[in-house]
Amino acid sequence: MNPLVSAALAGPVLDPVVDLRRMLALHFMVNAFRAGTVVAVLAAVVGWLMVLRRQSFAGHTLAVVSFPGAAAAIWLGVSATVGYFAGSIAAALVIALVPRGAAGRPRSQESAVIGTVQAFALACGALFVSLYGGFLDSITGLLFGSFLGVSDGQVIALVVVAAAVLAVLAVIGRPLLFATVDGGVAAARGVPVRVLSVLFLLVLGCTAAEVSQVTGALLVFALLVMPAAAAQQVTARPVAGLALSVVFGLGVVWASLSVAFWSPWPVGFWVSTIGFALYLVAAGGRAALTRWRRRGADGRRTAGERRPEALLPGVVGA
Amino acid sequence: MTATFFVLAHPFLTSAFAAGTAIALASGLVGSVVVLRSQVFAGDALSHVAFTGALAALAFGVDLRLGLYGACLAFALLLAVLGRRTGADDTVIGSVFAWVLGLGALFLSVYTTSSSGTGGDGTAGVSVLFGSILGLSGGQALVDSLLALVVVAGVVAVARPLLFASLDPAVAAARGVPVRALSTVFFVLLGLTAGVATQAVGALLLLGLLAAPAGAAQRCTARPFRALWLSGALAVGSMWVGLTIAYLDPVVPPSFGILGTATTVYVAVIVWTGVARRRGPTGTRPFRGPAPAPATDPVVDGAR
Repeated sequence: MNPLVSAALAGPVLDPVVDLRRMLALHFMVNAFRAGTVVAVLAAVVGWLMVLRRQSFAGHTLAVVSFPGAAAAIWLGVSATVGYFAGSIAAALVIALVPRGAAGRPRSQESAVIGTVQAFALACGALFVSLYGGFLDSITGLLFGSFLGVSDGQVIALVVVAAAVLAVLAVIGRPLLFATVDGGVAAARGVPVRVLSVLFLLVLGCTAAEVSQVTGALLVFALLVMPAAAAQQVTARPVAGLALSVVFGLGVVWASLSVAFWSPWPVGFWVSTIGFALYLVAAGGRAALTRWRRRGADGRRTAGERRPEALLPGVVGA
Repeated sequence: MTATFFVLAHPFLTSAFAAGTAIALASGLVGSVVVLRSQVFAGDALSHVAFTGALAALAFGVDLRLGLYGACLAFALLLAVLGRRTGADDTVIGSVFAWVLGLGALFLSVYTTSSSGTGGDGTAGVSVLFGSILGLSGGQALVDSLLALVVVAGVVAVARPLLFASLDPAVAAARGVPVRALSTVFFVLLGLTAGVATQAVGALLLLGLLAAPAGAAQRCTARPFRALWLSGALAVGSMWVGLTIAYLDPVVPPSFGILGTATTVYVAVIVWTGVARRRGPTGTRPFRGPAPAPATDPVVDGAR
């Protein structure tokens, strides 16, 4: 056996430098770190906008439908990468273009459409797998990912697509942010709100397809939503929030890859767990901070301005 | 005639049709309320929790149903609590269920590596994800049908106040309707539905059984009660047609037959109501609901 592999299998020596050197001596781990970095940056940026636009459901659906795309591609003998992108982009177009309902509840119709797209796409995935009649292992691979099996060619493809998506976002970013924060005013100022929303869904679809090649269709959502949600707990400023989201995303992916390398548990579990812990810390810290500030403000007030429970302790506040 | 004949020809088909009918009815009725409250995302979250629950039970060697229903009910109650606080939205739900799904991935890997004999190839995980209604035994089918009927009875019992509270919670609260308690009841019913539907069409596809018939019904009529019954009827119809297709062509998984039928119905309704709307109020309108309003999306109008 390769001495590097046997050294890695022996377990960590709990010396960060030695452990890191041993881990990065393995080519598949280097590729996993490269792919993870690209994917983390892209998911953090697009996810931040997704959380701001409250399109988590659409994002999750676009992530999940890359699975039937890949299953169809494998069944037809095409490259799975093509299938991932075809599935997500087709679903993004369907969600964007299905007319909203006639009755005055467009939001409920929208969520019904998204839900139906998701379930139908997954049912198609089950059909393609059944038609292919192949290995069931490939299903779990498509759904839960293969972080550790990324090839050099895939890394290059990931970089190219990520650069393209980020370039599109750089062009439409400013008007998109305006349209997101206040759609009515943006429309009045002549911003093409509807076109931007379709474009953003396509960007979201490409991102979901890209990320799902690494994390699997079911766990894309963790990388999309968690760093962004944590960043938005910390700051509401766009530039700082985006930067923080990227930092969180990179931290989550790097930490998960390192931990997963030395542990028997899957990468997807570590990504979602570390991401969720980060979100909990951010949300808890924010809640504690607001409470502390409020208490500080109370202390500085005069007795006449105090809130009733501060004035009558033990009666109202008990 | 031939339909009843072939259903009774095989015991596994009889159980599938019996359980499938009850499960579809429950999903259709609950789904109607879910769509009315715009909470399909909560159903999405529950479907993934159902997967984790079932896999956790398998990994720990407990009965699958225990984990399935336990996880669904626990998460439904969590959603009810989160929904009470105004700050909780899709992001919170999304973060929680993404983590729960990560746990599911862990349990799947624990289960597949620990039991090298049976189910070690991931078959169990796949059948939880995509359902196995044709594999239900008579006893399982009975339990599932009874639970589904409990859900149906629950929805019917609270239908009137629940629809009121869903359509306009502020007015309902002012009229003395216990909006919070109803919300908890609703989430419990949703959790139970997710559990039984996972047995039929699988954790990943139960969302379609909740969303598609209800979405179609609410495009047809704006009256909540009519939409409720229509949604239940459409779901049951999709179940029957889908099971028949799956029986006639063994390549088609039953879940795809059911979901494919439900989606086809929804698409047909979208096209039909779109055509009816374009014809305008003077043209022939297929339903007696209130007159369809012209496009009221201010964003779209403003952008032109």
